[in-house]
Amino acid sequence: MKRWWLLLVLFSGALLADDCALRGTGDLAIVIERADGAVQIVETTHNTAIARVEGLGDLSHASVVYSRDGRYAYVFGRDGGLSKVDLLCARVEKRVIQSGNSIGGAISQDGRLIAVSNYTPGGVKVFDADSLELLADIPATWGNGLRSKVIGLVDAPGRRFVFSLWDAGEIWVADMQDPRHPRITRFRDIGRNPYDGLITPDGRYYIAGLFGEDGMAQLDLWHPERGVRRILDHYGRGEKKLPVYKMPHLEGWAVAGDRAFVPAVGLHAVLVIDLRDWRELARIPVHGQPVFVEARPDGREVWVNFAFPNNEKVQIIDVETLKVTHTLEPGKGVLHMEFEPRGEEVWISVRDRDRVQVYDTATHRLLRELPARKPSGIFMAARAHRIGL
Amino acid sequence: MWRRIGIVASSLAVSAALAQSAAPSAQRQAELESMLLQDCGSCHGLTLKGGLGPALRPQALAGKPRQWLIDTIRDGRPGTAMPPWGPILSDADIAWLADRLLRGAPGKEVKR
Repeated sequence: MKRWWLLLVLFSGALLADDCALRGTGDLAIVIERADGAVQIVETTHNTAIARVEGLGDLSHASVVYSRDGRYAYVFGRDGGLSKVDLLCARVEKRVIQSGNSIGGAISQDGRLIAVSNYTPGGVKVFDADSLELLADIPATWGNGLRSKVIGLVDAPGRRFVFSLWDAGEIWVADMQDPRHPRITRFRDIGRNPYDGLITPDGRYYIAGLFGEDGMAQLDLWHPERGVRRILDHYGRGEKKLPVYKMPHLEGWAVAGDRAFVPAVGLHAVLVIDLRDWRELARIPVHGQPVFVEARPDGREVWVNFAFPNNEKVQIIDVETLKVTHTLEPGKGVLHMEFEPRGEEVWISVRDRDRVQVYDTATHRLLRELPARKPSGIFMAARAHRIGL
Repeated sequence: MWRRIGIVASSLAVSAALAQSAAPSAQRQAELESMLLQDCGSCHGLTLKGGLGPALRPQALAGKPRQWLIDTIRDGRPGTAMPPWGPILSDADIAWLADRLLRGAPGKEVKR
């Protein structure tokens, strides 16, 4: 206990240094400390904490995108805060409160626009990435003047943003060629309550998971004129669903070879999709309801964490046998996992133990633990160069 | 003055009702408090100001009967993302959570 405080004191000392680091950011990452409205900046070469940045508001559901040069992290907070954090100087460069209640964001293909998806008032706002000046406001209106909560916002090639409307059951594509005058294409009746969306790493397919019914909605961005089609609409049919205590996430796309791995909603299962025909190939029984299903960057393994009340474990699936080969027990409140860019190590946040853990992905051994206060999302700066992240 | 006596009287009535279902231990209360903020907070916001689910602060819940709140926590709200917590929480846990929400910040008296 004593040592813990000593660390904290040393740590605060580091914060007071006001000089900016002369270094690259390719091996840096941000760890969200959700209860404190703070982030830690960590480096993944020696696995140490570098600095802590405070004053970012309510981070109970926070996410991060990176500027194309990897220097700035844009942190999206639950309270509608959009903060631009300088990783080298470890400080908040700019910050705006852009709505009452926000859920996530994206950076455009060219790095010039930041889009934020909002619950209240429902819609998307688009900002200049340098100045955080508001360029466009896209209210998610539907039905009789209602506004829908917006989820699953991603960037797509062609300077587009794609997102889904939870209440309306729609997917919208915003063409941002003229940032102040977005051109919107609406796809209606895509299914009930899309809860999250993802884009494949090549930027071609946008896929929304549906909470209100079975299956997923898929839009081929090479051929938007073909409309949205339903995939996997037979999984879970006729089965009794379990109560869902935490919404699954679809961020990233666990692809290994020609198979994709996604969380099943309301089932203790990971679904395997054959990418050649978008059908369910297999269903892998796991420890709980999956939240994140992530492929190791080499595609050899898929790592899974789970919803409350089964969130103390992480399971590892072998993609050849489609079986769980390892079960790790980091402790209660495993909220997120993030692989280092080449996949030799993975970072895992363990909220209830106030720890971030680093595992060797070849041996599955715990290498290191770092103190972090109620850690949630972990975001590597290498995301700067990937479509949809 | 009369109003205050009224509040005291009705909170006594509530305490009496609570006593019947045996209030959770101090340790359990701490677990429930943490669950409320961290897990309920996933949807309702860490500060309970709302998110995917509605706000759960006392002002937002004003006028909602205690029993309605208990039923909602226990059975969920079919057709929405609110799951039933009955399978993993006892009746006493649920009653404690309902009162905690109506009361607002931990440690305050229930005003009804």
